[in-house]
Amino acid sequence: MYKGGKIIASLIIFAALFTIPFFYNMGKVNAGPDVALDTPAIQRLPASEQQCVESPEFMKENHMQLLNQWREEAVRNGQTVYINSQGKKFDISLQDTCLKCHATESASNPVVLNNPANSTGVSNPALNASPEFCASCHDYSAVKPLCWTCHFEPKEAVK
Amino acid sequence: MSINRRQFLRRAGVITALGLGSSFVISGFRKKEVAEAAGFAKAPKDMPAKRWAMVVDMSKFKTEADMNKVVEACHKLHNVPDFGNPKDEIKWIWKDDYHHTFAGGFNEYLDENVMHSPFLVTCNHCDNPPCVKACPTQATFKRPDGIVAMDFHRCIGCRFCMAACPFSARSFNFKDPRTHIDEISPEYPTRTPGVVEKCNFCYERLADGLQPVCVEQSNGGLIFGDLDDPNSEVRKIISTKLTIRRKPELGTQPCVYYLVGGGEHD
Repeated sequence: MYKGGKIIASLIIFAALFTIPFFYNMGKVNAGPDVALDTPAIQRLPASEQQCVESPEFMKENHMQLLNQWREEAVRNGQTVYINSQGKKFDISLQDTCLKCHATESASNPVVLNNPANSTGVSNPALNASPEFCASCHDYSAVKPLCWTCHFEPKEAVK
Repeated sequence: MSINRRQFLRRAGVITALGLGSSFVISGFRKKEVAEAAGFAKAPKDMPAKRWAMVVDMSKFKTEADMNKVVEACHKLHNVPDFGNPKDEIKWIWKDDYHHTFAGGFNEYLDENVMHSPFLVTCNHCDNPPCVKACPTQATFKRPDGIVAMDFHRCIGCRFCMAACPFSARSFNFKDPRTHIDEISPEYPTRTPGVVEKCNFCYERLADGLQPVCVEQSNGGLIFGDLDDPNSEVRKIISTKLTIRRKPELGTQPCVYYLVGGGEHD
């Protein structure tokens, strides 16, 4: 091979550089996201309402599809009540149903309207460093949902 | 090694079949729909109707302040931003003069009061809405109860609907609306830049059994109801009084009717 030695040596160096991050992190345990499912906000609710609209396993895997279904039914078909697999009824509302339990620390997070530092204008459950909800998983997986560019946190939080 | 044409085609065919088959094996057996729900239902207080419509009784609006009250109530509830300049203006319900409201209806002997008083105008929720036809993403659609509604999630901001609407009932968010709302109303979400918005006949309030907020604030100047119901107030007014609509010649069949200078009705 013409200049074979140099080519092979360069390839080895390239492969080594390219895989440095993998070797560097090898054997280190990555702490997963800390999702608290037993928060003060949830504990304050009566026992009959502490269960989410579906099972936690289902919600972990499918909450995005469920939210899409809710949106289609509520906005396009005018069906604003969700009947879950146990036959229990829920209002289809991100603000009043989901965030009733999955709120951030609303009281200590006053609305920061007109603050240019806050890109969305209103305190953002998906981005705030709250152990309680969206942020914990979404920061970990670097997925930024756009819900809060329009929707609000529960009513108490906005006042 | 060299292969001839026939061998090449045969191998390509086998590989294609393998690829398609394996992709089916992977995706075909996976459940696509995640619905665990038993189902969806209407809200218990939801008001059913076949054709929502509105009558604007101009005799009930004595002063401009009466109209401003209605406009402000709507814009406050729906977080309509005020950019402070007419170019970026966002409006759901607003005042306009005779010439713009009833274009072509002018004659020189027209009553001075009618000529010079403003009219309340909003989205007409047409029976044949040109905006719905123009929308490439079906973000604007017609509900079974006649309301021309918008799914803001789906709006891509192409503004075809704005060009299609003969009533200028649609506005576009050129800038971030959140920074231009004086007082946030938590009852209704805001919009984002790049989205068109317009009146929705308060369908979120109808689902709770409430009248639209403009009707509530109008002291009887706006009458809202089901045109399909022969006993509804709107139907009675429209079938017994002479009402006019905006630009009826365009054939969009607006569902906002105006009682103008027709004297008193009950």
